[in-house]
Amino acid sequence: MNATTLVTPRQALAPAQRAVDLIGTDLTEKSLKLHLEGLPGVDAVGLEQRAAGLGTRSIKTTSKAWALDTIIKLIDLTTLEGADTPGKVRSLVAKAVNPDPSDPTTPRVAAVCVYGDMVPAAVEALGSSWSNGKDDGINVAAVATAFPSGRASLPVKLADTADAVANGADEIDMVIDRGAFLSGRYGLVFDQIVAVKEACRREDGTYAHLKVILETGELNTYDNVRKASWLAILAGGDFIKTSTGKVAPAATLPVTLLMLEVVRDWHKLTGERIGVKPAGGIRSSKDAIKYLVTVAETVGEEWLQPHLFRFGASSLLNDVLLQRQKLTTGRYSGPDYVTID
Amino acid sequence: MANEVSTGSTRFLDYAPAPESTSILHLQKSYGLFIDGAFVKGHGKSFQTISPSTEQTIAEIANANAKDVDTAVAAARRAYDRTWSRLSGADRGKYLFRIARLVQERARELAVAESLDNGKPIKESRDVDVPLVAAWFFYYAGWADKLDYAGLGPNPRALGVAAQVIPWNFPLLMLAWKVAPALAAGNTVVIKPAETTPLSALIFAEILQQAELPDGVVNIITGAGDTGEALVNHPDVNKVAFTGSTAVGRAIAKSVAGTGKKVTLELGGKAANIVFDDAPIDQAVEGIVNGIFFNQGHVCCAGSRLLVQESIHDDVVDRLKTRLSTLRLGDPLDKNTDIGAINSREQLERIRELSDIGEKEGADRWTAPCVIPDKGFWFAPTIFDNVSTSSTIAREEVFGPVLSVLTFRTPAEAIAKANNTPYGLSAGIWSDKGSKILAVADQLRAGVIWANTFNRFDPASPFGGYKESGYGREGGRHGLAAYLESAGWSQPAIGAKK
Repeated sequence: MNATTLVTPRQALAPAQRAVDLIGTDLTEKSLKLHLEGLPGVDAVGLEQRAAGLGTRSIKTTSKAWALDTIIKLIDLTTLEGADTPGKVRSLVAKAVNPDPSDPTTPRVAAVCVYGDMVPAAVEALGSSWSNGKDDGINVAAVATAFPSGRASLPVKLADTADAVANGADEIDMVIDRGAFLSGRYGLVFDQIVAVKEACRREDGTYAHLKVILETGELNTYDNVRKASWLAILAGGDFIKTSTGKVAPAATLPVTLLMLEVVRDWHKLTGERIGVKPAGGIRSSKDAIKYLVTVAETVGEEWLQPHLFRFGASSLLNDVLLQRQKLTTGRYSGPDYVTID
Repeated sequence: MANEVSTGSTRFLDYAPAPESTSILHLQKSYGLFIDGAFVKGHGKSFQTISPSTEQTIAEIANANAKDVDTAVAAARRAYDRTWSRLSGADRGKYLFRIARLVQERARELAVAESLDNGKPIKESRDVDVPLVAAWFFYYAGWADKLDYAGLGPNPRALGVAAQVIPWNFPLLMLAWKVAPALAAGNTVVIKPAETTPLSALIFAEILQQAELPDGVVNIITGAGDTGEALVNHPDVNKVAFTGSTAVGRAIAKSVAGTGKKVTLELGGKAANIVFDDAPIDQAVEGIVNGIFFNQGHVCCAGSRLLVQESIHDDVVDRLKTRLSTLRLGDPLDKNTDIGAINSREQLERIRELSDIGEKEGADRWTAPCVIPDKGFWFAPTIFDNVSTSSTIAREEVFGPVLSVLTFRTPAEAIAKANNTPYGLSAGIWSDKGSKILAVADQLRAGVIWANTFNRFDPASPFGGYKESGYGREGGRHGLAAYLESAGWSQPAIGAKK
């Protein structure tokens, strides 16, 4: 299938436009592969050393206060359990809308992230706080495309996506086919992302934001992460996301740094801003602040906005709230002074 | 938004100050010479050590004249004859382990003192200098009872009294490089720290007292060039170890010629950092930054000549400028400072002078945008692009945060340009292709070659140069052998004339 054109002119819709612009109209599996394999390599030791260096920044007083509030605003408050119920989702939404009942100045989170069938429950619970595709309230993000493994046929993945969008999902967190990626079938992965992006189209012609989960823990090497990041962006992803949270290791600082470097390079090349979402394993304010520093020093602090950076997390919020209370009152409180969702 | 916590008009990237507290320091108003286990008065004219970031006086420092040098060498000789040479290797090792642990216990204090006196950022003194100091003592402590395996045959002998003169760029680390192997091998020491950075060595003297090291085994004398000259020329020393400028090193080599003193010299450098077009580009940029802007470029093995393949030159320089724009210059004691102060006014003048010459000779100068504090000695990170091989800044050691960018087309040209220097201390190679790295490294004439990294140090790894970068090796087994002689080698009588 090497010579097959991936995107015929008829199908060359907006999502694949980036690849056509960059690689050319004769976009084939081969030209895509050549492009991805021509990317500069990643030196693991150097990357990890740089990430560790960024992790030693000391964020104090006013900077810390700003950082804690910013973290809350960037959180996708997440529940992705087999045991999820509408009741659990309502409780999560209540937490998202009012993270700290003891302090009304606490900002709201960016989005709630749930399985596709829980989208109606989330939309209903959010009520007037729901942004409804306008990004002015709390978004509902749904994981789709046979999350977390991605092992389903394309029609199933597309139906999964379209269903969530029809029910009101503002954002779709899709997973890539890691099996196809690891066996070198970049064209297949590319086509699937393009198709899912199309499935994100709403009736009025607008699109739900597409976050592409690379599942970096399964890609294994930094070189693969860099290739997959480029692939996801070329195929039309609005965000590149590290992990499902179901595979260890989930988000790490070096992986996130690497993805931010790709996003920085893409911006330099095209002027377009792509979002990054580390997800899974970020549990403390201290860790989250390291990510903020990494974003600010790699792509610039204009990326510290909900449409360009997110934390996929569940337990992080309460640790940030505890730190925030400490900063406001001067006293350490305990886990009983923040609510469980 | 009402709930917005504002950082005022500043940005997040202008992180709020996070200064390391100096309250951990218990400095004396004045320090004497550390001779025979005690602080004694010096007979030269005392001088003041200042903080290069504020120009404020830290302490009054004694100055050792020739008479004091005599006293110190005599104390070292006595300690050698009566105690240190009679101890077993295992017992010497115990003292070294004790020193290493005390350095770790007092790590924060030593780091603060080092940053205060030298001007280097606290994150470097805290994360690099002081941990390496402890590592050096731990490493050589382990050698003390294993000298039979140092490569000199059974029962190698110590040399006697070692005279050591160290520079101001890594004051305490250079002390550790010199003192640890000397003591492990069974020598006693008289060491002179640099005039502008004596503070950490004097706190180290307190550590030696705390460790109850026998009196006179290590003597620390402070002073300027004349003190150092008197020390290395003293007739009763058996070994001279010097780290510093090539000019002084040459003078020392001349003066000790024919005296039977063993010598190691670690001198200047003008290292090439070679970046091939298949390099991991983001990490290479980090490596270039670390290579030349680490410790304000006050590093003898600094990667001061960037040799970048012509095909990626524009991209690399562009990325480098972006990266340098995020470096934070300022208070060395702030934990977020990347670039500290230049160590002395004299050094600042030299950097300025050479940079002006670089500009006059036609290279394109670019300076990172940073606010220079009113007081103190500062020099913003600077890149010279389009530098020719004949340019002064491509040939002379600047010893400051100044990078010269040159290009090459083929590996052969890169090697030729890298070797085209009177120095030969270190070099760096950046490529994703292992075979290329090995082939190029084979042909570089430099004592230390880093691949896909730069400025990494380890006590187990020998360090030293070719050509005008000096001779002898420090670190590892080789560094130990520099303080030993084989049992079969007969020592010429001390002070014997040829």
